[in-house]
Amino acid sequence: MAVNPSIDVRGLAYAYPDGHQALYGIDLVVGRGERVALLGPNGAGKTTLVLHLNGVLTPGAGDVRIGGLDVRRHDRDSLREVRRRVGIVFQDPDDQLFMPTVRDDVAFGPANLGLRGPELDARVDAALRAVGMTDVADRPPHHLSFGQRRRVAVATVLAMEPEVLVLDEPTSNLDPASRRELAEVLESLDVTLLVVTHDLPYALELCDRSIVLSGGTIVADGGTADVLADAAMLREHRLELPYGFDPRSVAGRRTGYGGARSPSSTAGRCR
Amino acid sequence: MHVPDGFLDVPTSLATAAVAATAVGVALRKARDELDERTAPLAGLTAAFVFAVQMLNFPVGVGTSGHLMGGALAAALVGPWTAVLCVSVVLMVQALLFADGGLTALGTNVTLIAVVTATVGWFVIKAVLAVLPRRPASVVPACAVGALVSVPAAALVFVMLFAIGGNANLSLGTLTATMLGWHVLIGIGEAVITALTVSAVVAVRPDLVYAAHGLRPALKLQDADGILVDVPARRETVATRDSRGLVVGGGIAALVLAGVVSFYASASPDGLEYVAGENGFLETARDHLLGDFALAGYGEVGGIPVGVAGVLGVVLTVGIGWPVFRAVSRRSQRSDTRAQSR
Amino acid sequence: MGNGHSHLLFRHGDSLVHRLPAHAKVLALLGFVLIVVATPRERVGAFAGYAVLLAAVAAVARIPAGFIVRRMVVEIPFVAFAVLMPVVSGGVRVDVLGVSLSQDGLLSGWNLLAKGTLGVVASILLAATTDARALLMGLQRLRLPARLVEIAAFMVRYVEVVAAEMHRMRVARESRAFHARHLGHLRAVAQSAGALFVRTYERGERVHLAMLSRGYAGAMPVIDARPTRLAPPVLAAALPVAALAVAWAGAVWL
Repeated sequence: MAVNPSIDVRGLAYAYPDGHQALYGIDLVVGRGERVALLGPNGAGKTTLVLHLNGVLTPGAGDVRIGGLDVRRHDRDSLREVRRRVGIVFQDPDDQLFMPTVRDDVAFGPANLGLRGPELDARVDAALRAVGMTDVADRPPHHLSFGQRRRVAVATVLAMEPEVLVLDEPTSNLDPASRRELAEVLESLDVTLLVVTHDLPYALELCDRSIVLSGGTIVADGGTADVLADAAMLREHRLELPYGFDPRSVAGRRTGYGGARSPSSTAGRCR
Repeated sequence: MHVPDGFLDVPTSLATAAVAATAVGVALRKARDELDERTAPLAGLTAAFVFAVQMLNFPVGVGTSGHLMGGALAAALVGPWTAVLCVSVVLMVQALLFADGGLTALGTNVTLIAVVTATVGWFVIKAVLAVLPRRPASVVPACAVGALVSVPAAALVFVMLFAIGGNANLSLGTLTATMLGWHVLIGIGEAVITALTVSAVVAVRPDLVYAAHGLRPALKLQDADGILVDVPARRETVATRDSRGLVVGGGIAALVLAGVVSFYASASPDGLEYVAGENGFLETARDHLLGDFALAGYGEVGGIPVGVAGVLGVVLTVGIGWPVFRAVSRRSQRSDTRAQSR
Repeated sequence: MGNGHSHLLFRHGDSLVHRLPAHAKVLALLGFVLIVVATPRERVGAFAGYAVLLAAVAAVARIPAGFIVRRMVVEIPFVAFAVLMPVVSGGVRVDVLGVSLSQDGLLSGWNLLAKGTLGVVASILLAATTDARALLMGLQRLRLPARLVEIAAFMVRYVEVVAAEMHRMRVARESRAFHARHLGHLRAVAQSAGALFVRTYERGERVHLAMLSRGYAGAMPVIDARPTRLAPPVLAAALPVAALAVAWAGAVWL
């Protein structure tokens, strides 16, 4: 296809300054519009991998390209563009909502991109509308519930109009209602989605493809239902399905987006 | 204790405001060198931490408790410049959003609680570290002493300010003794908490204790041939090398206080003289050895006003003290580099 | 020591005082308290006048007296100082209710009490009518260094988060029901403080990471202040001007 894949990682290896190597040659291609879950035990390197996607970490070896743009380029414009294209929603919303009001936080990103005035306001309003948080716009973040803060954190990233939305453990500490509301928001967005999660049913609900990362390498890559049905593989990498949950008996995610896809099993995907 | 409005008169309050503004200005520039573009979030979070720990209290004597001031602790953890900055921000926000401490007394509060405790605490920490073995664990007793000294030091400066701009006929001797006694007790509590807190941080993340930089043996990595290579130590700004701004600012402030504000000092006899006069033993006082020297008395003697005496006093103290300090710290710097290249 | 209050004083309202821009209020407050502090302690009538002015501001801002009085509890430390002054000061002594007190000390104590209390009430009125964001914008307007205001902004944002963490640690500590002597108690508290610092600093690093991820390149972007029906700033000058009038009246008639 002529369109560049959203995420194109080849041979990515990385070691921390203290010498501990976290990633041992990762190959990953995610096409435009795909919805991928990144699964794996703690310490597997998931967050490390994610931090390479927006240039916060620089690969020790290998290539990372976002929509064709090489993230190793450290000039200010390239870095700004990469960070516009990849929006990361981190685990703790309090780390991401650091401005006095919700509106200020959502405006922070696009303001850094150079937007001002009515254009900035429009962008902020659109992002808040997309997550359903318009009526709390002028409140300080600590007056919101945890679920609300999660959604506002998504808005702060959406306001930059990213191509790729990465979420790190989006359902941790969410009550069931907030979890469902977040799923509805994510379903409605037109982005490439990468969800790092331990919440396997959520992965099945949102993503038709799953990748399992363990010990710094990719050990599985396929349709979510297939990956979750491989009990032996799950056990080997400290993953477990919730009690009584049978992935095969659950209808897979409805797909609705076209775009380039890397070769993956299509079983388990229902329309 | 946060000084309220009215404790000191207007000229003294304005003078301390000038001192505070200078110190904060210098601290801003220096902190930026330390933390670069991470200054705002890191200093802000540290300030939030200082605000929180100032709520910690400990028993002082019977039935009363003292609060942690936090200046020495902050200096030990994030360095003197960032500490001055953080505690100043805490005081400013407390005055404006929490009605803690008078707005006209903000300069005084910043001078006492941010500048004096952090800088005195830091200098004492460095001085103690210079004589202790070069190990991360040495930072704990150093911080204890630093914190212990920082509190009475602030109390002394407070007494000095009160002597200049306070509106009371109080025996300076009694006031000094009371304030010092009380604040040494508070200093003990501060020392214990500071030392224990720093020790807890050193155990988990020694790289987050600014005072411990240069005390760890250099990190070594094995290169391809199996040879051990040193990892260059993180750049650290030694206080003495970069304290020119603080010295200049502090010097100007001291001169202003001594030369100008002292004019407003009370001319009535101080506590001891008064008591001596009352009890009739004033005449038995013998002049000090240098008593005939033109500036011996603090008042007008032979036409030389108190302001000049004050200015000369400051110049002398700094002139003699500064080279001594530099000599001590240059010795500690040399042993720093020696430790790193080992 | 007024610590222990991590809850902001701000009370929502729509009064004239609430709508004054923060920078004007800060300047007015500063002017007012400077005038109060500069007033000689003998002019008791002037202080009464200042109190009336503050009561008027409180009325316009619809801040209830009970709220102000409850918050004045921070004054306690210096009230003790003021009460001690007549006992320990020197000079001529007078007999008050059978106790020998210094005359000058009585005046000093009154001086401290009057000026300190007026200052606290004025500060409470400012804090009660100005929310944090508006105040930060006001400080920026007053040409405070941008970096200082940014640091203050982060501090205000995270103060309750950090205080909540400290509270949770205290609850966890006490749930372990340890019966420690004073030193042991301090050790546990300090361990928590150390852990709190590490957590707080690491949060600062994560916040920085989040800022980087949203395009932060060293300078905070300028986000326009949203002026919502602000009152003309010059109105704030009414307070210090009135105080000047009271001071002058006090000088003339005393």
